[in-house]
Amino acid sequence: MEFATSERLQVQQLVTELNALHAELIDDDRLEEWPELFATDCNYTVIARENFERNLSLAAVFCDSRGMLVDRIVSLRKANIYPVHGYRHILGPSRLISTSGFQAKVQTNYTVLMTRTDGNTTIYNSGKYIDEIDCGGDRPLFRSKLAVFDTNLIDTMMVRPI
Amino acid sequence: MNDIALNAETPLQPVAGAGCRVPYRVFTDPAYYQREQENIFKGETWSFVALEAEVPEPGDFKSTFIGETPVIVTRASDGTVHVVVNRCAHRGALVCREVRGNRPNLECVYHQWAYDLEGNLIGVPFRRGLKGQGGMPGDFDMTQHGLRKLQTHSVGGLVFASFSETVEPLRDFLGPIVVEQIERIMCKPIQVLGDQRQLVHGNWKLYAENTRDPYHASLLHLFHNTFGLYRSTQTGKSVMDANKRHSLLYSIAASNDDAADKQAYGDSRTFDTEFKLQDMSLLKGRQEFDDGVTLVILAVFPNLVLQQIQNTLAVRQIVTKGTDAFELVWTHFGYADDDAEMQAIRLKQTNLIGPAGLISMEDGEAVEIVQNAIIGENQATSYIAMGGGRAENADHLVTEGAIVGFWENYEKLVGYGTAP
Repeated sequence: MEFATSERLQVQQLVTELNALHAELIDDDRLEEWPELFATDCNYTVIARENFERNLSLAAVFCDSRGMLVDRIVSLRKANIYPVHGYRHILGPSRLISTSGFQAKVQTNYTVLMTRTDGNTTIYNSGKYIDEIDCGGDRPLFRSKLAVFDTNLIDTMMVRPI
Repeated sequence: MNDIALNAETPLQPVAGAGCRVPYRVFTDPAYYQREQENIFKGETWSFVALEAEVPEPGDFKSTFIGETPVIVTRASDGTVHVVVNRCAHRGALVCREVRGNRPNLECVYHQWAYDLEGNLIGVPFRRGLKGQGGMPGDFDMTQHGLRKLQTHSVGGLVFASFSETVEPLRDFLGPIVVEQIERIMCKPIQVLGDQRQLVHGNWKLYAENTRDPYHASLLHLFHNTFGLYRSTQTGKSVMDANKRHSLLYSIAASNDDAADKQAYGDSRTFDTEFKLQDMSLLKGRQEFDDGVTLVILAVFPNLVLQQIQNTLAVRQIVTKGTDAFELVWTHFGYADDDAEMQAIRLKQTNLIGPAGLISMEDGEAVEIVQNAIIGENQATSYIAMGGGRAENADHLVTEGAIVGFWENYEKLVGYGTAP
């Protein structure tokens, strides 16, 4: 079943809002709510363009269940030692690459700005999301989110979701 | 250029007692950094530059750095590996402007001077002039204008290079323990899984200390301690080569005794029985080595760490970027004969290491909090004494002896003046 134009616009709106919410929850430090944007059986991969373009699988972050996303957040809160910092995502428009049934494949440019305790804001990580979003349920969910980042040189560390 | 007397200007106060004291200025003063570039990275040492598996085919190249000097690693048409300085013999331009690729020869874009993959100059446009005008002088000898060639050797598929013609042979520089450990991990053909790059805002020697430090590993890294990947209570050792440049730190996870270990660690932040994972598949592994060793941190002076943490295998190359920054280049690998399950295990365990690593990210912070606290400090020193404060091997993991070994070598190569 393909989407008619008006439905296409609706899907466009849904996926745009989902990505905006993803960014907002992370930036506002509402990290415990963030895994709920993902299907239980999801994939979340953050990979350097350097590896992605060479078809290499090595990712900075690789999670293949919502449980692993929760574990990353609990680690951030309770386990990991890292410099104090905050993020601000800036997102480009989400473009529908393709649809199949209620599944939408979507690409969105992103930039994550970081501010540490010294108060300077820098460009921390920039790239594109390629998402598979399930629009068939009560609310849209990420089946998979792939963040391919151009910023091959990671500044100090990466602990907060991109 | 001032020939600064590094150890004379602010003499250290005599201090009683055991222990090694390192003046913090060695991490911040540009004079030390310059001496390091000359005496360490361009001196009588071997620096790691690549895995052979990164340049498998003739024509393959990789550009990287030794200290601050850009170099190119190539696989020549006869299959041999070469390392040359990435600087055109003409007027100093970078010859190779890409990180990796495959080319039949090297050509500088500026005036199209061409070099073969061994660095010999093979082409100079207008060498004999154009239409009877110009041209190079009559005594121009192409063999005198090649790329600067570095001594290059491999051990276990790890490629090292040296600026020195008089440095001891690579296998002697490494010593038998390091060679054996390299060959233990590099026991069969590998497959490169990819690279990660981490910029750490601290002096490179702070990372050299960190990777020679079994004392910190269970006290900084909760994932190591709580999940028993590494505890200082494990069976393991801290061992150096005869010259105390390099450090082998290894341990066996099967030696964990959770009840006893919990008692030993008491209320330590990092032994947290309340901390649980929803998805334990992150830690699922498979014993790969018959010796049962599950953690190896092999710190090879000056710029390499070869590691095995459970089923993650990687090299970490240190690239200096001034006194207060370095880039850590992680090249992760598996074995060419890994089955699908092992590939999946390695992919998932990669979440533990690298710049986003649930363990490894914390070493970045550890380095940075030192660099931030020692700014402008010309007098004070650190105090390194766990395990006795001497450059000694230990058959346990409660020591800083290998860190002392590093500094004894630093003093020989660069100099700063040590404790009485």
